[in-house]
Amino acid sequence: MTAPIVVVGNGMAAHRLVERLAAFGHAGPVTVLGAEPRPAYRRPLLPWVLAGALPGEALDLPAAPPGTTVRTGVAVTGVDRVAKTVTCADGSTVPYGTLVLATGARHALGGTVRPAHGRVAVVGGGVLGVETAALLRRRGHEVLLAHAGPYPMHHALDEDAGGLLAAHLTGLGVELRCGTRVAAGGTLGADTVVRCTGGAPETALARAAGLPVRRGVVVDGFLRTDDPDVYAVGSCVDGTDGLLASAAAQAEYLAARLTGRAEGPYTAPPTLLRPRLPGLDVAVLGAPAGDGPDEVVTFADPAGGRHARLELAGGRLRYAVLVGLPEAIAAAGQLYDRGLPVPADRLALLLGSSPAAEDDPEAWPEAHVVCHCNNVTKADLAHAWQTGARTPDALATATRATTGCGGCGDRLRALCGVLERRGADTEPASLRLETVR
Amino acid sequence: MSEGRIAGAVRTHCPYCALQCGTELRAAPGGSVTVEPADFPVNRGGLCQKGWTAPEVLSVRDRLRTPLVRGADGALAPAGWDEALDLVARRLREIRRESGPDAVAVFGGGGLTNEKAYLLGKFARLALGTSRIDYNGRFCMSSAAAASNAAFGVDRGLPFPVTDLGEADVVLLAGANPAETMPPLMRHLDRPALIVADPRRTPTAARAKLHLRTAPGTDLALALGLLHTAVLEGLVDEAYVAERTRGFDEARRHALAWSPERTERVTGVPAAALREAVGLLAGADRAYILTGRGAEQHSKGTDTVAAFVNLALALGLPGREGGGYGCLTGQGNGQGGRELGQKSDQLPGYRSISDPAARARIAEVWGVPESRLPGPGPSAYELLDSLGRPGGPRALFLAGSNPVVSAPRAGHVTERLASLDLLVVADFVPSETARMADVVLPVAQWAEEEGTLTNLEGRVLRRRALLAPPPGVRTDLEVLQGLAVRLGEPRDHYPTDPRAVFDEIRRATAGARADYSGVSYARLDAGEALYWPCPAGPAASDGDGRPHPGTPRMFLDRFAHPDGRARFAAVAFREPAEPVSEAYPLVATTGRVLAHYQSGAQTRRVAALGAAEPEAFVEVHPDTARRFGLVEGGLARIGSARGSTVARVRFAEGLRTDTVFLPFHFAGDQRANLLTNPALDPVSRMPEFKVSAVRIAPEPEAAP
Repeated sequence: MTAPIVVVGNGMAAHRLVERLAAFGHAGPVTVLGAEPRPAYRRPLLPWVLAGALPGEALDLPAAPPGTTVRTGVAVTGVDRVAKTVTCADGSTVPYGTLVLATGARHALGGTVRPAHGRVAVVGGGVLGVETAALLRRRGHEVLLAHAGPYPMHHALDEDAGGLLAAHLTGLGVELRCGTRVAAGGTLGADTVVRCTGGAPETALARAAGLPVRRGVVVDGFLRTDDPDVYAVGSCVDGTDGLLASAAAQAEYLAARLTGRAEGPYTAPPTLLRPRLPGLDVAVLGAPAGDGPDEVVTFADPAGGRHARLELAGGRLRYAVLVGLPEAIAAAGQLYDRGLPVPADRLALLLGSSPAAEDDPEAWPEAHVVCHCNNVTKADLAHAWQTGARTPDALATATRATTGCGGCGDRLRALCGVLERRGADTEPASLRLETVR
Repeated sequence: MSEGRIAGAVRTHCPYCALQCGTELRAAPGGSVTVEPADFPVNRGGLCQKGWTAPEVLSVRDRLRTPLVRGADGALAPAGWDEALDLVARRLREIRRESGPDAVAVFGGGGLTNEKAYLLGKFARLALGTSRIDYNGRFCMSSAAAASNAAFGVDRGLPFPVTDLGEADVVLLAGANPAETMPPLMRHLDRPALIVADPRRTPTAARAKLHLRTAPGTDLALALGLLHTAVLEGLVDEAYVAERTRGFDEARRHALAWSPERTERVTGVPAAALREAVGLLAGADRAYILTGRGAEQHSKGTDTVAAFVNLALALGLPGREGGGYGCLTGQGNGQGGRELGQKSDQLPGYRSISDPAARARIAEVWGVPESRLPGPGPSAYELLDSLGRPGGPRALFLAGSNPVVSAPRAGHVTERLASLDLLVVADFVPSETARMADVVLPVAQWAEEEGTLTNLEGRVLRRRALLAPPPGVRTDLEVLQGLAVRLGEPRDHYPTDPRAVFDEIRRATAGARADYSGVSYARLDAGEALYWPCPAGPAASDGDGRPHPGTPRMFLDRFAHPDGRARFAAVAFREPAEPVSEAYPLVATTGRVLAHYQSGAQTRRVAALGAAEPEAFVEVHPDTARRFGLVEGGLARIGSARGSTVARVRFAEGLRTDTVFLPFHFAGDQRANLLTNPALDPVSRMPEFKVSAVRIAPEPEAAP
């Protein structure tokens, strides 16, 4: 019998790992040991529970696949790497063939969140703090956002972008206090204090097991600790960016590796910081390249709440900060994730190109298709006009234009007017059409 | 030239798509046939270019007018009907004797009338005794059908009349381009604000209030993201969900993984546009969600449709007047074709061939012991893929389809067809598949035959004959009877009169999900608008003894599951089966153009349509063209892991730079389906027509 895979921690990384193990056809036993009493849940949606927009149980992740044993409320207290067992707080021991540490980080915002009441102070103006403050404000709370930096998300945003974000939050009615370190919530005059100050990787178990730990658990390019049977994924890993996408990618990779599908090392996904802020689209893609960009595109429209800085190398995006440009963010994200070259027209990427619709019948070329459904061109209609069809209805009867979807009625009428004016000219229209061709 | 006029003018319907526009055909002096749009609610006096030119197909120059039998020299040569049918029957018997009944297969089509589809299924099960029967509708409606059956307990493309759409405030079209595929439908879509999800800026998308330009293969993520947004914005119709549905919590669990921002990253649709779309749908009094092939032709097509149905259910749309989910059926009789018994897992009336009660009922109608009915067979692609292989069919009887052009991985399918010991094709033109046949049987077409079709709204329509078939041509029903009798079946079990077949359909579908038993030629000819289910006998609710009026709007009181509730589906996103790679860096997606229908076997023969779109083209973004050295108007070779095709480059500013588009109506080395991936949906067995990883390069012009 295959020695079991034991996963310590029951967060989103662990959930993803066991789900992918099953999807990749892993046949052996898998056991998940979670310290929290509740099943795995979607941590990123906690602000919506806080805001009363979702019941807490809605966050529960789908049940783990069949064949996976999930034990909740079981804290792991030790690892015996010689005997290859883990010891639990209830005294039980669990043998493993492969051990995966998915212990996450010590978050201030935990799984027992209740709806906030009254005036809310959000402490920490990173992505989560900004999202939480804006959401609570939109749900009608009086909200104070206290942030140690000069403006919200100051680690990620340049000053111009940060200014737009601050203005947006202020515009929503969030009371913004930057440059404020908060020692205790009581000084903020709030009924509810929400800490969104991020959490340190949870490394106690790894440390106790004698595995190398810096800020987080140290792993090699294959997500392996220095014990070949012990891996780590998610927020407990040293040097990880703490983003859900990274944790998911690690879990995906490890599942592939443990099922023999991945030979090479783990490659981190492109990083994209994209706070969930209805009304203000903000995105940070990638990071400034060490070797510097070979092209920089900037765009600033402070009055319109728009800002962009794109750094390119080899015609591809390396780093971008975008604010207030929802379509450019979507397009840039796709180009960046897929490593595609940016459009030759850089401004079109930022502002979106609307194919110029030429709606002046005079300007249409003779071959312009007026009625798509019946493939009727301007020249066909001009010919019909010449042969006596002088009204929109007569033109429709003669050419079948407008008889399909009916969407070209206005254009047919406009062209009819043009043909009428042409017909008043001394020179025969048909002759002119011939020369145009 | 029309050879046998039997009426001066008839009211009938266009031969092409599922809209089945009402038309009036007239025999003009000199023998030609003219068509005018009839006053019919679906097309409201409109016709597209295909419809206006349809009479030309009746007299195309290479119309098949005599049976053809492949001779010792390898060439098809004219033969008499008895000679051809005797030969086919003898070879079928031999092959069956040598290799068993499943060595003989049948392939049908969604363009066949209800009567033909029904009799073809009966012929396969009884005369041939084979389980190997499926049809091209598998490539068309199967994903939507599977999702609808699961959600509502029954599948009818639109469970409401098309005209209801005209009163809508908002309509979401997911992967549908009716402005090109069924133009007169747009007459009903003038009023509502349109939200169009499509990788391309199609003529439909150009008319939309909101175009959600999805990356190919990501519609499922889009639907999940829309549901996620509806949940977080508090736009779910909680009372409706509680009273009329089951399974919301599980569906929500999956959707909550798809924040608008994550959805944006996968689909390329701006998060703000997702929020706007949900706001429009939820804020409308009358809203509809419709899917088309763009959402359905994927290896996850069933789940994709299910996710859009989930959204519709969460917003409380289905099962009430002024709202709902529907699928825009593609082929002329896509609806009737899929419920009358030519699908491998079904018996007439949308009955399951695995259900003992259904088997007993059909066996009784057919007058045979239940044990004579075979079980379920493989799906269309699996069937085609198995042809000529060890254990696979050695003979195929094919009607109403042209898989050489329209099947996925068409090069391989062509090889499989070529490996058969016997290929018999019934058609009215020498299609690419007919040209490969050992025996070609010339059959009548639309304006030469009586019958019924069931349009995209589940309304049963009468097809009427203006002309008699040309001399030498027989109807499909006559062909089936001729073969069945030669195979030892009683003649009267295979009527050649469509009305008699329809009467048998009425008996066979009585009490079934798709109940036609109250529909009759007489009622249809009297002008009644009859939508199934239409059981025989008076309507239950009124005691005045009038016959059941049919069901224009389904689910108003209850859904078709035993508890009356609709089902949410717990669906999660999956990537397309084939990712792009260094060797194949672009995504090819396939679709339709206005001038052509399906494999183009009919429309490529019509002068005006051929002139409008004479050859295959590939749409590319100008940036992509620069990247790969392509010029507008030049030729390109597009290749996938399965084969390559040649098409003329057409620039499309509105296309994504990682995507190319090819229409699939063209033949020979212009077949888009030489590229397509036969990765199948696990439930519907729909192939992944819409996503293939490809490369593209300039191709020199062929020497003239």
